Amino acid sequence: MEKSAHIEHEHYDAEASKVGMWLFIFTELLLFGGLFIIYSVYRFMNPDAFHLAAEELDTFIGALNTVLLLISSMTIAMATTSLQKNNKLHTLLLSTVTVILGLVFLVNKYFEWGIKFSHGIWPGSPHMMETMSQGEILFFGLYFIMTGLHALHIIIGLVIIAVAMVRVNKGTVHANRAALLENAGLYWHLVDVIWIFLFPLFYLIT
Amino acid sequence: MHTSHAENEANYLKYKGKYKGLLGWILSTDHKRIGLLYLYSIATMFSVGALLGLAMKFELLAPGKTIMDAQTYNATFTVHGVIMIFMIVIPGLPAVFGNFLLPIMLGAKDVAFPKLNLLSWWLYVAGVFLVLSALLFGPGTPDTGWTFYAPYSFKTGTNLLPAVFGAFVLGFSSILTGLNFLVTIHRLRCPGLKWTKLPLFVWTIYGTAWIQLLATPVVGITLVLIALERIFGVGVFDPALGGDPILYQHLFWIYSHPAVYIMILPAMGAISEIIPTFSQKHIFGYKAIIASTMAIAFVGWLVWGHHMYTAGMSGTAQYYFSLLTFIVAIPSAIKVFNWISTLYKGSINVQTPFYWAISFIFVFMIGGLSGLVLGSLATNIYVHDTAFVVAHFHYIVFGGTGFSFFAAMHYWFPKIFGRMYDKAWANIGWLVFFIGFLALYSPMFYLGMMGMPRRYYDYLEEFHGGNILSTFGSWIMVTGLIIIITNLVRSARRGPKAEMNPWHGKTLEWTVTSPPPLENFDEIPVIAEDDGPYNYK
Repeated sequence: MEKSAHIEHEHYDAEASKVGMWLFIFTELLLFGGLFIIYSVYRFMNPDAFHLAAEELDTFIGALNTVLLLISSMTIAMATTSLQKNNKLHTLLLSTVTVILGLVFLVNKYFEWGIKFSHGIWPGSPHMMETMSQGEILFFGLYFIMTGLHALHIIIGLVIIAVAMVRVNKGTVHANRAALLENAGLYWHLVDVIWIFLFPLFYLIT
Repeated sequence: MHTSHAENEANYLKYKGKYKGLLGWILSTDHKRIGLLYLYSIATMFSVGALLGLAMKFELLAPGKTIMDAQTYNATFTVHGVIMIFMIVIPGLPAVFGNFLLPIMLGAKDVAFPKLNLLSWWLYVAGVFLVLSALLFGPGTPDTGWTFYAPYSFKTGTNLLPAVFGAFVLGFSSILTGLNFLVTIHRLRCPGLKWTKLPLFVWTIYGTAWIQLLATPVVGITLVLIALERIFGVGVFDPALGGDPILYQHLFWIYSHPAVYIMILPAMGAISEIIPTFSQKHIFGYKAIIASTMAIAFVGWLVWGHHMYTAGMSGTAQYYFSLLTFIVAIPSAIKVFNWISTLYKGSINVQTPFYWAISFIFVFMIGGLSGLVLGSLATNIYVHDTAFVVAHFHYIVFGGTGFSFFAAMHYWFPKIFGRMYDKAWANIGWLVFFIGFLALYSPMFYLGMMGMPRRYYDYLEEFHGGNILSTFGSWIMVTGLIIIITNLVRSARRGPKAEMNPWHGKTLEWTVTSPPPLENFDEIPVIAEDDGPYNYK
């Protein structure tokens, strides 16, 4: 900060910021990797309970959210391409679509969690403690943690895309300095990929 | 790059930017200032951690209660461990010397992401304050040990949440530092500086950065789960809810064993710089040291189970973990052979950093070989959770990382501050510290063999003799520490001006003035085809 006021580095290294983003993605993968290990261990220990508990989840909402995220990944990729072609309007439009799809995903998630709560299913709830087996309690514990952490990543991704959109609008992110939007896109794809694994693990394998 | 020579003349210590005074430091994105910010924060926390260690040793001066009761003792070793591990030895050499030297050694003006670098320091400070807040507020100081083992970590009534969250934030700071260094090494090497010409300190920082990046998130998520368990009662590790506490131990050590290599690899890197400089000879087996560095960084991932031999694991898994533990000792031994071979027929210049480096090799070998005693299944069962383990890891973590840190401090001190310390006092400080260190930790090997358990404030009468020696050792060591620190602090301000290259080193940091100018180099250096970091003719 102090330096930039004094010495005008024209230091822009698109390659460096992309390498940095990829390394950060490795970090995120290992963060979720820990949870996937826990999931596999407990699924191995409680196959029947996991089967029973998974029936409780609504495959339709899960599938809908998967489709939403896949489309949003496409739109953010298209936004990046538009930026490379210096088409500011299309970039902003496509990013907006991505943000809207992400928000709809969160709204669906909100209703999904809300239904669970209304059925008396939340970590440590009396309903779970009295009627459920240990395996089912573990399943729902992991369900809330993993989808919750994923939702948090959706929110972070949306914020990054929003920042990139402001910068595109101001003109500081453009075809020759596209790293911010490209990295936002990379991060968004990561969020998408993690969901692609969460969806079958919780909704489809029953 | 638009900087004229005149502007660049002011060294980084004197430079005045947009902000003055303290703000000019804590808002500076200059890698050298950030390195010093880390140095001062780490030194502050180290003195707190050392005082707690001193208090524990005082408690063990005699059987029964000496100055504190059992609960206070538990809290003391927990806070001592959390401070020393998460705030000192993990950031330690990479954050201080890595930050200061890495860009200069690469012939670059700064790290790849200077603002991210400053953010890492701010996160470090935030993590420190979070952990410390656990001491001041809430129902009591955490008493779980630095490992936060389940299920006690969510059953204890003490204020564990800020400590766990603080450790998470410190981990995040460590990840960002690692990421920054990786990109810097990949992108900012000056022309001609090929991978096979990088100084070995850079190579060890490179290996370390990969571990920081890939291992820390695993412990991060594990600590988050402990926090969620305490707040919401999610039963991931709670046996009452079907969770498995052993799984917690696995996840914890998947990070925390590689973390040992985060501590020791840069320490080995610093020694690999000091030995050739003071032997005035090309380092023996340059490529073997690189290969062993990367081998340690890789195999270090696969040995975590040796912390858990008695926790309950299949016999087959135990055999593999034991075998891999022995395998990971080989690259460390290769390094020791290389250092010793570098000395052979060198023209040795005996100076303070050299004393530290040689004593590093001595304590590191004792620490490493006692690690093999713990890595073998049969002997491990015998000494598990005894004072032997405490002696072993203090020999490695404090003896290894600590000695190397002081070696690096005395080696690069004239470069960092532009002044030389009093060499006679520095040597006396080293000698007193070394004697104190041996007296403090060596008896603990014996006590552990005799069966004295760790983490108790009390012991049987038969262990009294060894404990007296150990406590006396702690006083001698602290005396040495006071001599060393007083000498360095005084000299940083009043010492005689240092030359550009007082030790005749060959790496790039010795080609710039002491202290280095703001932007390190007026012109980015170019490394010639036949030149290299250890090119002694």
